Amino acid sequence: MAGHVEKVDAATAWGGGRSPFNVTYGKMMMWFFLVSDALTFGGFLISLGFAKASADSWPIAEKVFFHFPFTHAELPLIYVALMTFILIVSSVTMVLAVEAGHRMDKAGVQKWLGWTIVGGAIFLGSQAWEWYTFINGNEHGMATLTWNPYLPENPGEIRYTNFFFFVTGFHGFHVFTGVIINAVVWLQVKKGIMHERGHYEMVEKVGLYWHFVDLVWVFVFTFFYLV
Amino acid sequence: MGAHSTHAHGHHHHESFITKYIFSQDHKMISKQFLITAMVMGVFAVILSVLFRLQIAWPEESFESMKFFLGEDYVDQNGLLKPDRYLALVTIHGTIMVFFVLTGGLSGTFFNLLIPLQVGARDMASGFLNMLSYWLFALASAVMLFSLWVESGPASAGWTIYPPLSILEEAIPGSGLGMTLWLVSMTMFIASSLLGGLNYVVTIINLRTVGMKMTRMPLTMWAFLTTAILGVLSFPVLVSAVALLLMDKSFGTSFYLSDIFVGGEALDASGGSPILFQHLFWFLGHPEVYIVLLPALGITSEIVATNSRKPIFGYRAMIGSILAIGFLSFIVWGHHMFVTGMNPFIGGVFVFTTLLIAIPSAVKAFNYITTLWKGSIHYTPAMLFSIGLVSTFITGGLTGIILADATLDIPVHDTYFVVAHFHIVMGLSAIYGMFAGVYHWFPKMYGRMMNKKLGYLHFWLTMICGYGVFFPMHFVGLAGSPRRYYSYTEFPFLDHVQDLNEVITFFAIIGGLAQIVFFYNYFYSIWNGPKATKNPWRSNTLEWTTPVNPGHGNWDGPLPVVHRWAYDYSNPEHEEDFVPQTVPLKEGEHGH
Repeated sequence: MAGHVEKVDAATAWGGGRSPFNVTYGKMMMWFFLVSDALTFGGFLISLGFAKASADSWPIAEKVFFHFPFTHAELPLIYVALMTFILIVSSVTMVLAVEAGHRMDKAGVQKWLGWTIVGGAIFLGSQAWEWYTFINGNEHGMATLTWNPYLPENPGEIRYTNFFFFVTGFHGFHVFTGVIINAVVWLQVKKGIMHERGHYEMVEKVGLYWHFVDLVWVFVFTFFYLV
Repeated sequence: MGAHSTHAHGHHHHESFITKYIFSQDHKMISKQFLITAMVMGVFAVILSVLFRLQIAWPEESFESMKFFLGEDYVDQNGLLKPDRYLALVTIHGTIMVFFVLTGGLSGTFFNLLIPLQVGARDMASGFLNMLSYWLFALASAVMLFSLWVESGPASAGWTIYPPLSILEEAIPGSGLGMTLWLVSMTMFIASSLLGGLNYVVTIINLRTVGMKMTRMPLTMWAFLTTAILGVLSFPVLVSAVALLLMDKSFGTSFYLSDIFVGGEALDASGGSPILFQHLFWFLGHPEVYIVLLPALGITSEIVATNSRKPIFGYRAMIGSILAIGFLSFIVWGHHMFVTGMNPFIGGVFVFTTLLIAIPSAVKAFNYITTLWKGSIHYTPAMLFSIGLVSTFITGGLTGIILADATLDIPVHDTYFVVAHFHIVMGLSAIYGMFAGVYHWFPKMYGRMMNKKLGYLHFWLTMICGYGVFFPMHFVGLAGSPRRYYSYTEFPFLDHVQDLNEVITFFAIIGGLAQIVFFYNYFYSIWNGPKATKNPWRSNTLEWTTPVNPGHGNWDGPLPVVHRWAYDYSNPEHEEDFVPQTVPLKEGEHGH
């Protein structure tokens, strides 16, 4: 499946008896699933934009997210930027795992997929700390689904905390499932199941999912923290 | 790994009762499971509609049937239907019909049956996901029905579940447990629809047999492919809408809730906007109309061509209009929201995009008529229902042009005029397509034929009652009757349409009872119908090249090879008036 690329014209490709895009059904299903999931996230992010546009006032992210572990210095958005960086690095290691799979390099897949799992786990841990800090709030109280301490002049605007918990939570749940799936695949790789099968396509499929989850985070980061 | 190698399994492996009839991975069995589940759901939805029609026609009378079908919870001490339960009936009727019968039932049945058979595949790309799709659907159906009998009543905010009514238990009891069950059921339904949709798309793209070019596929496949893509793109947005709704309902968030007073007391929530829900909902909701309608149109294309013994008129124009309808369906949702205070300029844009849909729709309607023109028409029950679909598609489409226009829509918004419109263009059309499909492909499903005379009886009763119910409704609507009202007796200006309401209810009862003919015919024929031949309708498509009762794997020998398009009827170069797709081109013959 990898390595060789046969040249076919469009008429042959679409003429039946073969996959027009030269991909297995599983990989194609994953692509369509991701398109579908992207629209769900799209729905949430558009709702966020709708809320921001219709709100009288909205908290400024730099004034909410300035904490950093083990220090009292004000470092606006540095922590979440670091989280983002870690998640993106885990995408790079995923690429390396897929590439090792193409070469049938079992040890390589194990190593890079392993690092991807570690990266995902660090991200999840960081998010836990981020939530903890966010919930702790400020002198106006703790942040909950029904109380937003970050906008004392407009306390009714609880949609800020609503969207924080919901959007980052929904994304975090995706990361969580991604880590679990990656771990299962890692175990299968370790047992040699992929090697016996003669290809590491499963790594490619979970890789697609992982890149998607990272990409979604880039959008969440942009629209929740930056814009 | 070739796409086909995994599907070269034989069909003589042993199957127990459970793997064959219950947890089956054979697309043909899953298709029957979908159909029968949808039939059960349909019976419930029809009974509910007859019950609320009784209420509308005779609001001051008590009916024993209410208590008999619905239980004590639904009636007050005088034996009258409770007002909030009336809304519950309307809501569950709509939900079941739109999602469970016309989406799950129609797509689940015919996509599963026909996609592998008509593209020439052994089965769906993933039999396992297909099985999972059915069982999620079955579970969702069970939860939805169960919600009818919870103590506080089922969801009652209409099938569109607009907040704040759908969120606030204080406003209507059905927004308590009933609404939660509705959301749970719909979540499972969407998961089922997603798994099914992925399978349908991938099977059509990847598993076409040798020679089955995209432009040789029957129009059923084009319609199904487009529908499946619409489903994959629009249902996830309903997930977003419903997830936020659930948060508002159960966890105190305020995505959709704003400063609201219930019983003089202000709610905590503020800031949110119920209009946001409507945008998200109708971004699904409008494509959903075509998810319901396109499969029925695809089925009609096939049946009309076969039974006119003529090639479908304008094959490529048909493909183009299916794709155009699919695309346009995503940019018209605002026409459901003209009265929400939308900026008139944006309203104007939605008027324009909505009116554009009339073009591909008219192309389809005229192509059906020109296919019939001078054809050698065989009036099978399937053909009658297909022609019935063309009729309702035109009648309902015409009122669609009226409603597309904001200036005309605003006065009749949320009246029975709208109810009449969408029941004809999407309800009747889609259900006629479904009946047509069942009559046409029954021989492929069970290897037996359905009774023709009972089919005719069923068609005429259904057709007359269909129009009998929904044609007068236009006048009720134009007179100003708002939909979803419990009773109209308080409004003297509507007194003169009360007779019409009684007429409508009369036809609804007869039309409901007429379906018994169909059920009898269906279940009797499964075991006792005359044995079918291999190709009873002398049709060209691949499903008729399989054995009468195909096993798991469909073709005994190798997969068929396709040499021509699906519409070589009455081709002067051939003796027979049909040429199956597997017949090689003659020397010098021009193929598609």
